[in-house]
Amino acid sequence: MLLYVTRRIVYVIPIVICVALVCFLLVHITPGDPLVAVLPADASQELANQLRAAYGFDRPLPVQFGLWLWRAVNGDLGNSIATGRPVLAEVIRAVGNTVTLAIAAAAIGFSLGLLFGLIAGYFRDTWVDKLATGFAIAGVSVPHYWLGMVLVIIFSVELNWLPAVGAGPGGSGAWSWDWEHFRYLILPAITTSVIPMGIVTRTVRALTGDILSQDFVEALRAKGLRELDVFKHVIKNAAPTALAVMGLQLGYMLGGSILIETVFSWPGSGLLLNSAIFQRDLPLLQGTILVLALFFVILNLLVDIAQAAIDPRIKRG
Amino acid sequence: MSEFPLPAISEPALQAAPATKARGYWATVGRRLLRDKVSMACALILIAIFLSALVAPWLHLADPYQGSMIRRLRHIGTIGYPLGTDELGRDMLARLIYGGRLSLIVGISPVILAFCIGTMLGLVAGYAGGKVNTVIMRAVDVFYAFPSVLLAIAISGALGAGIVNSIVSLTVVFVPQITRVAESVTTGVRNMDFVEAARASGAGPFTIMRVHILGNVLGPIFVYATGLISVSMILAAGLSFLGLGTKPPEPEWGLMLNTLRTAIYVNPWVAALPGVMIFAVSICFNLLSDGMRSAMDIRN
Repeated sequence: MLLYVTRRIVYVIPIVICVALVCFLLVHITPGDPLVAVLPADASQELANQLRAAYGFDRPLPVQFGLWLWRAVNGDLGNSIATGRPVLAEVIRAVGNTVTLAIAAAAIGFSLGLLFGLIAGYFRDTWVDKLATGFAIAGVSVPHYWLGMVLVIIFSVELNWLPAVGAGPGGSGAWSWDWEHFRYLILPAITTSVIPMGIVTRTVRALTGDILSQDFVEALRAKGLRELDVFKHVIKNAAPTALAVMGLQLGYMLGGSILIETVFSWPGSGLLLNSAIFQRDLPLLQGTILVLALFFVILNLLVDIAQAAIDPRIKRG
Repeated sequence: MSEFPLPAISEPALQAAPATKARGYWATVGRRLLRDKVSMACALILIAIFLSALVAPWLHLADPYQGSMIRRLRHIGTIGYPLGTDELGRDMLARLIYGGRLSLIVGISPVILAFCIGTMLGLVAGYAGGKVNTVIMRAVDVFYAFPSVLLAIAISGALGAGIVNSIVSLTVVFVPQITRVAESVTTGVRNMDFVEAARASGAGPFTIMRVHILGNVLGPIFVYATGLISVSMILAAGLSFLGLGTKPPEPEWGLMLNTLRTAIYVNPWVAALPGVMIFAVSICFNLLSDGMRSAMDIRN
């Protein structure tokens, strides 16, 4: 097992370096001068050169990448061009809010997905199955940013029950788990949960169906096991794959939250990314993408290891 | 990947009784699909949306660019404006129908491009194996390290707003996914006896790939790609929604959602209309893709 873990970690290192390279190069395919966001329109050439040297934009690309990577490894992602504050601190504060949102959404999406998937797989080709499958397909097909708008229209504009935007009193840095803040979380969390709900339902339904049609289930029933205990075997067999899918979905929720955070002005990493794009704040853009992508890589790694740990069928050699 | 059956390899026509007219594999799939009510309903809806977008200039609609300050944000069902007007007083019905043109082009062309590029890469990687395979598939792994929404937005954000840039960024997102599917089905077909026979009879790698492998892997890759159209429509409109796609005043569903967002306190339901179109196209492609997958799974 230790060997397997080590091997997986070693395999991830080149990926991490390539991911960093992609993040770095992204900024250099950007048309226009990276200093345009900070430089006043009437700045002299001298001042421009001075700033360019200060940000290191005057050196050759490989040197810039090496320096950037070295600093990043040491926890320094540079300073935001727009605000002048350290990028890493900004990203970490924002990611905290995104994690809150993702956990709430995962709680809703995964539990509903597991429930619908198990029921649909167990009662295959009945009306219950059709209903659950319909929900799942709607969940993966709905433009979630639009669903967010519709929920705001129903619950904020028409009914006036829940707040439409923001993360509660105190703004971005003052989240706490009380009702005053929780009200702000409900609509974004429901909106975020529909895609994972749909995907988990589809996966678990297929898994349950496959497992129930296997011979060992027949054997379990033949030896007189109660249906509830048969079900336990189904869950045990479906768990590794379901877990992998849920891990991946959690990663998508963390990394792909920009649309929903924009709709609800939720002060997370997605909103930060949005402002970095539109203020052309390149260090912030680079840093946010890098941190989110690393999150995703590490989460994938953890899922692989967890899967190997609970599923004896996966070769650990 | 067991999810993607390799249907063309089993030749059901060969096993058919000689008295009846032997039907080809694709004819069988087509007949099965035609009998599937859900798939046919989706196909009809999609055809209606495509056709109306195509012939929009001849439908005697209002001018989708012509606004008016005195008739802004009319409600749905207003006489003369069946679906109301937007925040600049432009007719919503006309804008929704015209909006299909850009929305469908930007949503579907990345999948078509990625289908061509990804199939090629996957075919080469799967057939050549060895070092070529390693290089291509490790490159694919790097792109898999990004959540697709993040990757699309990062590339679009770096390139700047614009229709072409949206198409480029979404193509980059989908190429690795299609390459993976293409590689895995190609690897499955490569070691089949008929490929070995072709090689033994002196066919070159290019001929084998084109004649013997392509036909057998295209089906599963195609089904996978149609499933991606739904994601692509949502992401393409999403990029416009963020302000990274189409620029105003062009009618495009994502952009319309964005500009109408300011109006949800005045006329909420008109503001939600463009999303209905995105949802409809997306769910129809998803259901159609599911229908095709089960129609091609002849074993059932």
